[in-house]
This record gives sequence, C-alpha cells and structure tokens, in this order.
Amino acid sequence: MATRQTRTLARLMMAPAVVLLLIWMIVPLSMTIWYSFQNYNMLNPAMRGFAGFFNYVYFYTDPAFYQAIINTLFIVVGVLFITIVGGIALALLLDQPIFGQGIVRILVISPFFVMPPVAALIWKNMIMHPGYGVLADVSRFLGLQPVDWFAQYPLTSVIIIVAWQWLPFATLILLTALQSLDEEQKEAAEMDGANFANRFWYLTLPHLARAITVVILIQTIFLLAVYAEILVTTNGGPGYATTNLAFLIYRTALLSYDVGGASAGGVIAVVLANIVAIFLMRAVGRNLDR
Amino acid sequence: MARAVSTRRKWIATAAAWVVALVIFFPIFYMVVTSLKTEPEAIAGISLIPSGTFENYVEVQTQRDYFKPFLNSVIISLGSTLIALLIAIPAAWSMAFSPTRRTKDILMWMLSTKMMPAVGVLVPMFLIFRDTGLLDTRIGLTVVLTLINLPIVVWMLYTYFREIPGEILEAARMDGATLMGEIVYVLTPMAVPGIASTMLLNIILAWNEAFWSIRLSAANAAPLTAFIASFSSPQGLFWAKLSAASTLAIAPILIMGWFSQRQLVRGLTFGAVK
Repeated sequence: MATRQTRTLARLMMAPAVVLLLIWMIVPLSMTIWYSFQNYNMLNPAMRGFAGFFNYVYFYTDPAFYQAIINTLFIVVGVLFITIVGGIALALLLDQPIFGQGIVRILVISPFFVMPPVAALIWKNMIMHPGYGVLADVSRFLGLQPVDWFAQYPLTSVIIIVAWQWLPFATLILLTALQSLDEEQKEAAEMDGANFANRFWYLTLPHLARAITVVILIQTIFLLAVYAEILVTTNGGPGYATTNLAFLIYRTALLSYDVGGASAGGVIAVVLANIVAIFLMRAVGRNLDR
Repeated sequence: MARAVSTRRKWIATAAAWVVALVIFFPIFYMVVTSLKTEPEAIAGISLIPSGTFENYVEVQTQRDYFKPFLNSVIISLGSTLIALLIAIPAAWSMAFSPTRRTKDILMWMLSTKMMPAVGVLVPMFLIFRDTGLLDTRIGLTVVLTLINLPIVVWMLYTYFREIPGEILEAARMDGATLMGEIVYVLTPMAVPGIASTMLLNIILAWNEAFWSIRLSAANAAPLTAFIASFSSPQGLFWAKLSAASTLAIAPILIMGWFSQRQLVRGLTFGAVK
C-alpha cells in the first residue's frame, strides 16, 4: 500500500526529530570527551593544551571521587529500597476497597509534582530543622532530644527527601500494574485456600515483577542525577558527606572552573548511566515486540 | 456475616490508607499552612491553625518580584512543550502509520538519548551557551528543555497513535482523501486526547526541571525552580514568605498533575506499564 511517495514523506516527517536528537547526542558528548583530554581552566584560559589522561588520573584519584561514588550508590540504593518496599505496601493498601479512594490517591501522588527545590526546602526548614522543625517539636513533645538531621545524618536526610518525592511514582506504577491482575485468579487462589502471604508471594509479586523492574530502572536514571535537593539542603556537605557524582562534577566545573577535570568526571557519569540504560532498553524493547 | 466482616475490613483499610496518605501529604499541607502565618508564627512551634494572613503572598510579589520567574516558567515550559510537539507529532505519526524495519530501532535510539546524564554534558553546554550568548536567556532554556523532553514526547505520542485503527485510514483513502486530508480531517480529531495528555505531562516535566534551569539561568531568565533554590542561601527566618512563594510555584502543576495520573504512568514508563 505504501508507495514510494508516502515513504519519502514519512522520512521527511521524521527528519527534524531525528536530526535534532542526533545533534543533541553527538555534539555535547564529543565535546565532553575532547575536553577531558585537555588542560583547560576557565580562570586561566591561556594555559591550554593536550593533557593526555591527566584529568582522568586527577579526577579518579581524588579522595572526593570515591566518596562521591559511594554517596551516589547510597542514594540510589537507599531511595530504591524505600520506594519499592513502601510502594508495594501502599499499592496493596490502595488496591483495597476504601472510602474516598480518589482523594487518597491524590494525596499520595502529590509529592511527585512538587519541584525539587521546593521539596528540599520544605523538608529542610519546616520538617527537619533542629530548632523549629516539626520533627523537633514532636521529639520535644515526647521528651526526646531533637535530632539535627543535616548535621548528624546528612546523607540519610537527603535520601529521605528524595524518597518522599519518588514514593508516589513507584506507588502509582505498582498500583496500575496491580489493578491489571486478574480478579478471577485471585479468587481462585483464595478458594484453593491460599492465605494472604501465599497469594502475595506466588501470585501478586510475580505479576508485579515487570512493573518493579521498570520502576527500578527509571528511578535509577533519575537518582544517579540527584542534584537540586543536594544544592539547596547541604550544598554537598558537611565536607563531602552528601556530594554525589553529579554534584562533584558541578563543583569541579562551575566552582573550580576546571573544564578538563569536570569533563573526565562527566565521562564516567555517562558510562554509569549507560550501563543502567542498556538494561532499561531491554525491558522496554521486549514490551515493544508484544 | 460475610458482609459485616468485609465492611469492617473496608473501614480498617480506609483508616490505614487515610493515615498514610495524610502523613505523605503533610509536608505540602504544612507548607500551605505556614504560608498563611506571620513570620514569628512560622517559627513558633507546630501549629496547624494559621492566623490567616495573605501578607506573605503580597510581599513575595512586592519584595522579590515573584511574577518575573513565574512568567519565565510559563514561557519556558509552554514554549518547549509546543516546539517539542511540533517536531514530534509528524515523527510519531509516520512511525505509527508507515513503520519501516528500522522504526523500532529509531524509537529505542531516541529513548537512549534521554538516558544521557545532564552532568555528563554540563561543561560543553555551559561553554556553548556562554559563547553564543544564550546563557540566562529564555530561548536558551527553552531549547534545552525541548531537546531533553523530545524523546518522551515522541514515545508518548507514538503509543497513542498506534492505538488508532489503521482501517479508518484505508476507508478515508478509498473515499479519495489525500494524505493531507487524511491527517487533518480523519486522524487529528482522533489523536487530540493523546496529544493533550502528552502536552500536560511535558509541561509538568518542564516546569519542575531543576538542573539545567538552575545552572543555565541567572537573574534574567530564572524560572521558578531557580527562584526558589535562591532562597536556600541566606539562613534567614522568612519561612512564611518562602512557603507562600513555594505554594504559588507548585499549585498550578499540582492541579494539572492530579488530572493526569493515568497518562503519567504511561508517559514515564514509555508504555511498558499500562
């Protein structure tokens, strides 16, 4: 049916999107790779030249780099753990027949729409502040010593804030998946005498496996790049306690003006994200074949 | 008997769900309450009943010129969404209705560009923007947000378009419709709901984007994300005003988000979970 003319037209219709994304993918990335082999500090632009692997050695042997990698992993794993476990529990709860389901859903999903700087500042000032925060008030009410969250548990605090933002996302997706579970299967299992734990383990969880995979992969992409939450709460500190890879690269680039070093850091961020991306693409691609 | 048990169960589930929901929503609620307090009230310990002043909302405008970043946010998020739609609609269209052997590969490749971490290209983008004078301009931010959201827009539209039955096209063709006629009179009306949802989700994503919009803007083009982030530096006690600004910044998106829950799942999972 498709004539040559319509095929040409189809290509023309795709061209702008493809060309733009091609440029967007190739130009900045090749510049990053190029700069990573250059001596280039914005404060001293005259001193430029080929640096070989100096930037890589410099960036990767910096003690802050290891700390940043570990912090990045803690943020990703910590938030994933909270949001997946919490998300499954919440999805199971919201899947029950309850009064006011619509409003409950709206309340639960809301944090996802709060822009990161707002989320971080609410938590920092109004919830976790050691003097005036709600948690401090509650501790005092219970006769406990208020916790100075960002001084004592800085990384945990960041993880809590980010998890609060992503819990709704995990819940919503798992709930959607849960609702596609066949009612008859559930009833059949119930009739056969399977208790809740058994039904959950052998029926619900396998059914959710795919959605859980998707949540893990998509969140990981975003969690590797957590930035604004750190910027407005701890600014990477105290010391390097809450500096993740994204934040370290930002610091190297725009606070130390070290273009070469930041680019070398950027290359590893890209490699890390790509490893995750390969798995995500497989999961999504498999779905496309169906 | 069975009914009594299930009613009780429903009440228990209801109570549990409401408690959890209110705890999750509490920070947002408390922010709105704080925005209605006076500054001394805001730090005077937990209290859920504000004195009900709207002073903060007025002062956010008079002292910090709230309207400017708000307008920037509107222009940048709407602008980038419309441009992305203009580019993506034809692309998704041709992929959905005249797919070739490579269509799937192209889609996957587009998605892969979304995986590139922003920090990986922060340095070159900053330098390009500096050298072309795009730093701290609305045009610059609009371009970047268009590009980072383009893959999602193409994907979402593609999953919607693919659900439009191909037979309708053939019927139109039999009736002698030209390709343009087909697109304008037959497909577009059927595609409007999909396009609208895509638009909604993309506006939300663009409005809340907080890496490029903070790093590539300063006083001039700063959207609300950058504006709010600028409140973090002085450790001042002006939480009531900060809360007012924050409430204004998230309210439109929160409401849009409530209406787009379903589409959100689809858009953010690239159709992998429906």
